[in-house]
Amino acid sequence: MFKSLLTSAALFALMSSTAFADSVWNRGANGDVQSLDPHKTSTVEEANILRDLFMGLITEDTEGNAQPGAAESWTVSPDGKVYTFKLNQKDVWSDGSPVTAKDFVFAWRRVLDPKTASEYASMAFPVLNAEAINGGKAKPEDLGVKAIDDYTLEVTLKGPTPYFLEMLTHQAMYPVSEANLKKFGDDFIKAGNMVSNGAFVLAENVPNDHIKLVKNPKFIDAANVKLDVVNYIPTEDRAAGIKRYQAGEVDSMNDFPTEQLADLKAKFGDQIHVTPELGTYYYVFKTKKAPWDNPKLRNAISMVIDRDQLATKVWQGSMLPAYSIVPPGSKGYTPSMMSYADMPQLDREDAAKKVFDELNISPAHPQKLEIRYNTSENHKNTAVAIQEMLKPFGFDVSLINTDGKTHYSYLEQKGDFDLARAGWIADFKDPVTFLNLGHTGDGNNYADYSNKDFDALLDKAAVEPDSAVRMKELSDAEAIYMKDIGILPLLYYGNHNVVSPKLHGFVDNVMDKHPSRFVSKD
Amino acid sequence: MIENAGRSLWLDAWIRLKANRAAIVSAVWLAFIGLICLIGPSFTNHEFTTQYSSYVRVPPSFDAYPKADKLDQEIKEIVARAHLTLKEWKEKDGRFFVTVTAPKPIDDRVTRYLDRSDSFKDGKVETKSADGMEMTMSAAVQKLYFYFGTDTSGRDLLTRTLMAGRVSLMVGLLAGFVAVFIGVIYGATSGFIGGKTDEIMMRIVDILYALPFTFFVIMLVVFFGRNFMLMFIAIGAVLWLDMSRIVRGQTLSLKRQEFVQAAEALGVSNMGILFRHIIPNMLGPIIIYVTLLVPQVIILESFLSYLGLGVQEPSSSWGVQISQGSRNMEGAAWLLIIPSFFLTSTLFALNFIGDGLRDALDPKDR
Amino acid sequence: MLRYVLKRLLVAIPTLFVIITISFFLMHIAPGGPFNMEKGIPPEIKANIERVFHLDEPVLSQYLRYLNNLIHGDLGPSYVILNFSVAELFAKSLPVSLWIGSLAMLFSLVAGCAMGVVAALRHNGLIDYIVVTLATAGSTIPTFVTAPLIQLVFGLTFHWIWIGGWHEGALAALIGPVITLALPQLATVARLMRGAMIEALHTNHIRTAKAMGLSDYSIVIRHAMRGALLPIASYAGPAAAGLLTGSIIVESIFQIPGIGRSFIDGALNRDYTMVMGTVIIIAVFTIVFNLVSDILYAVIDPRVRYD
Repeated sequence: MFKSLLTSAALFALMSSTAFADSVWNRGANGDVQSLDPHKTSTVEEANILRDLFMGLITEDTEGNAQPGAAESWTVSPDGKVYTFKLNQKDVWSDGSPVTAKDFVFAWRRVLDPKTASEYASMAFPVLNAEAINGGKAKPEDLGVKAIDDYTLEVTLKGPTPYFLEMLTHQAMYPVSEANLKKFGDDFIKAGNMVSNGAFVLAENVPNDHIKLVKNPKFIDAANVKLDVVNYIPTEDRAAGIKRYQAGEVDSMNDFPTEQLADLKAKFGDQIHVTPELGTYYYVFKTKKAPWDNPKLRNAISMVIDRDQLATKVWQGSMLPAYSIVPPGSKGYTPSMMSYADMPQLDREDAAKKVFDELNISPAHPQKLEIRYNTSENHKNTAVAIQEMLKPFGFDVSLINTDGKTHYSYLEQKGDFDLARAGWIADFKDPVTFLNLGHTGDGNNYADYSNKDFDALLDKAAVEPDSAVRMKELSDAEAIYMKDIGILPLLYYGNHNVVSPKLHGFVDNVMDKHPSRFVSKD
Repeated sequence: MIENAGRSLWLDAWIRLKANRAAIVSAVWLAFIGLICLIGPSFTNHEFTTQYSSYVRVPPSFDAYPKADKLDQEIKEIVARAHLTLKEWKEKDGRFFVTVTAPKPIDDRVTRYLDRSDSFKDGKVETKSADGMEMTMSAAVQKLYFYFGTDTSGRDLLTRTLMAGRVSLMVGLLAGFVAVFIGVIYGATSGFIGGKTDEIMMRIVDILYALPFTFFVIMLVVFFGRNFMLMFIAIGAVLWLDMSRIVRGQTLSLKRQEFVQAAEALGVSNMGILFRHIIPNMLGPIIIYVTLLVPQVIILESFLSYLGLGVQEPSSSWGVQISQGSRNMEGAAWLLIIPSFFLTSTLFALNFIGDGLRDALDPKDR
Repeated sequence: MLRYVLKRLLVAIPTLFVIITISFFLMHIAPGGPFNMEKGIPPEIKANIERVFHLDEPVLSQYLRYLNNLIHGDLGPSYVILNFSVAELFAKSLPVSLWIGSLAMLFSLVAGCAMGVVAALRHNGLIDYIVVTLATAGSTIPTFVTAPLIQLVFGLTFHWIWIGGWHEGALAALIGPVITLALPQLATVARLMRGAMIEALHTNHIRTAKAMGLSDYSIVIRHAMRGALLPIASYAGPAAAGLLTGSIIVESIFQIPGIGRSFIDGALNRDYTMVMGTVIIIAVFTIVFNLVSDILYAVIDPRVRYD
């Protein structure tokens, strides 16, 4: 009796969620969103949802490559500073009103307004006067954006920015409806209020439970959108998430417990997608602190870290060994690897041993080394493995594990440490996003690395209009960065998706972007 | 009769306790666990930190590793890591002969790749072709035993479980006793004195109760750094709240009983009544509570480690091992079952000892 | 009695004030703030954010601002879940936690007391051993083991329950979290009940009652139970407050949108207002349930009087 009651309850629940709409993608997400306001979001989970809700001037195709979105065409002035976008006149908001150039002007002024407190306002910084406006030193009207007419937008940049079009795919650059915002104020993001121009519109938002999007019939390409509903379901607990996937409660997950990868592969076969991603898992030395201020020592430590073992054993093949900070996969760019990238591990260790001998580091004269990392099973396993790799060479390694907030505030405030963990996932497809980590004074330069030649090359590349020359300069900069071990890349991130065979149109790509508009479900 | 009254309580209790088989078995078991945790790690032939990268997550086995069917793959991996090409390998008299080729002369040091592997030892060069581009090397199999298997980092689970036991037991006992000590004194005092004092003391308990525990612990980590022993003394100092409430309730009720009132009438001092009459009469509930509290502390410790606030790697505790095991319960059940067995059996033993003591000490049952 | 209750409620106000003050300052001493991210934010942008949330002001003035808002019934905006105010979040998450918590409490009290009484009546018998074993198992196996096991067995193998999610409180979504949450409590209640009952059965007035030939049933219900309920009443008050205000692990493994989960997220993300709000709710519940437990005490045991 009890059993049948339960069974029928479960069945009823399962049925009721599918009965009303014929095509629903229950999409497992790593965590809940902080906001749905495109100008206030920062996480990957938010970016995924907003990509379904809104469409910027430039948008992504199935593979995450830039393609025309709200803009149907554009021209660039010969000096690379002025972009003129022609908006697609068929692009309308979900309430039927047209998306105009004025909406973009309004949106970009809003993202830069200090009162909006946008975390990703920096995405708009290439635009003329943007940084000054954000710092409260200029008026919003001074922004280098002009609506020539309803469907023509002119953008003036502060200098040529070769990756500007890539940056336009970021959610901080999405338009918002001026009329809608005037009407609801900050509450425009609530279900029922929100007006958007993407393939889907917001139907429900229950924090920590689910976010429901339904198809937007007014979307510019609505004819080709096959899903009726997309439910984003936050599942922080990866192990529980994979069980939900197995039970069919979610159709996909964008992460899984990597320590179980072998078992999962055996169980799910090619439903497990592990492909390279544009991101690097790295450690940083405090390069201003003795003895870590010695590049030779930093290199020697880098040499004795067996990245193959980290990738295949600790991460079970879900990451790849990294010998450069920029992962492969940026168009036109060849990463500069460390000089010993192709050297067998034993030869590396012999070379490193010489350096340690020179510096009088040996098990008899151990050197203390403290590794800081933020709480996570995999970060812990990585740190423990490195601890073991360094031990035979005379390093007395201790581990400090703190929660994420403590960890990053410690790094940001230039706390004292020897070696610390961090990671970088590209916001847009360009090597500069990685290389800036080593620019003198950059907020994310936790290593306090500073090299004049490196800075000079980056600054030169920033204004270089010729793409090939620019890529060469960036590659040269990376070579310096790697020679100094200004940063210690360990692994390239991999995408970890589990995708039901019922889903079609889910294409693996280095940005791990999967717009729901291209996906269909049996 | 007089003599009997003098020794009565404790000797009687001891006699009763000895008669309680479950309690005695439990005490023996607990002593055994304590002993193997203390001395066991020196006899397992593994360091608790050593990672065997060839044996990550291998199941428990009484046979030695490496297993014959895995050797082919192991040799292929070794050769690939040395950037060489495998020609052939064969086994003879317990030694493995591996023939490799390369487009350029091979360095003799490559035998170290064999030594480096967890499966082989004593690698040496046997023959080398004239141009140095083909070489045969040999090595003996290194036999390793993992009776409890290995964890996700390839460390011997037996050694780690025993080391973890030290931490868990120490944490549980330490924090448990701190909590009981403070709780009993505080609760009994509050309930016995009563009136305004009782009210103020209980309001303080209310305030402490309502302080969010997780946050309090984050603070402790900040203040005490990573000295987790100190942290658990502090945690014990938080956990006394329940104890104090229970003790206070019992005191309120005992205080009105005839024998206490009689003692009061006879002019026994307050302290005397508290320590001679009230606290001994509450030993039952107190002991039951201790047997509940120690497990609670041990579990709490794992919860904190789960949040990254507890024991730091490479140290471990049963709770930490179980929380890791629970994430691997489908593919590597031993990671969950083995530490769970140790934890649960220890806690069971604690419970039975508690029950036995309670029965033995119960003065009303005489 | 009424005077006593009123007095206790009156005392609750300064108690709350002390709790709020301590937590507020403790929290602001902790390293890191709500806007420390894996990717650092440029300093100018961070300054903008801190200005908007008044985080650039001295802690004391932030405290006064918070108190002032609180008096006007405003718990403030969440720093992390920017879509919602703390009050709006609680309006959604508190009922969920309350519902799951009270079901778990009810289940553990009823089943725990029953098991305890039966075990005590058959002291040292087979049933007693079974109950003790079950109770010990219940209180020794951590919830992060029972929860995934329940998911595995009932969700994945038999498909009786939802593995995760709230699903508007469907029965199939409730069972997992309620059982997981109830098990340790049930075990504790059973053990306490058994211990107290054994003791009560040995007291003189029960022996007298037995000698007078009263039936077993009436001895247990009328006389022994009464005394035995005392420790349960002590225990149940704070336990209920804890259960009702959500369990961190259970809510996060079963993906239940309750307040336990928002509390731990809040603490780890330094969502100051969210944590303060949770602290206040936990505090109120604790105070109320302790009061209830004290009143129960007086009701059960007439010898205890409050004046």
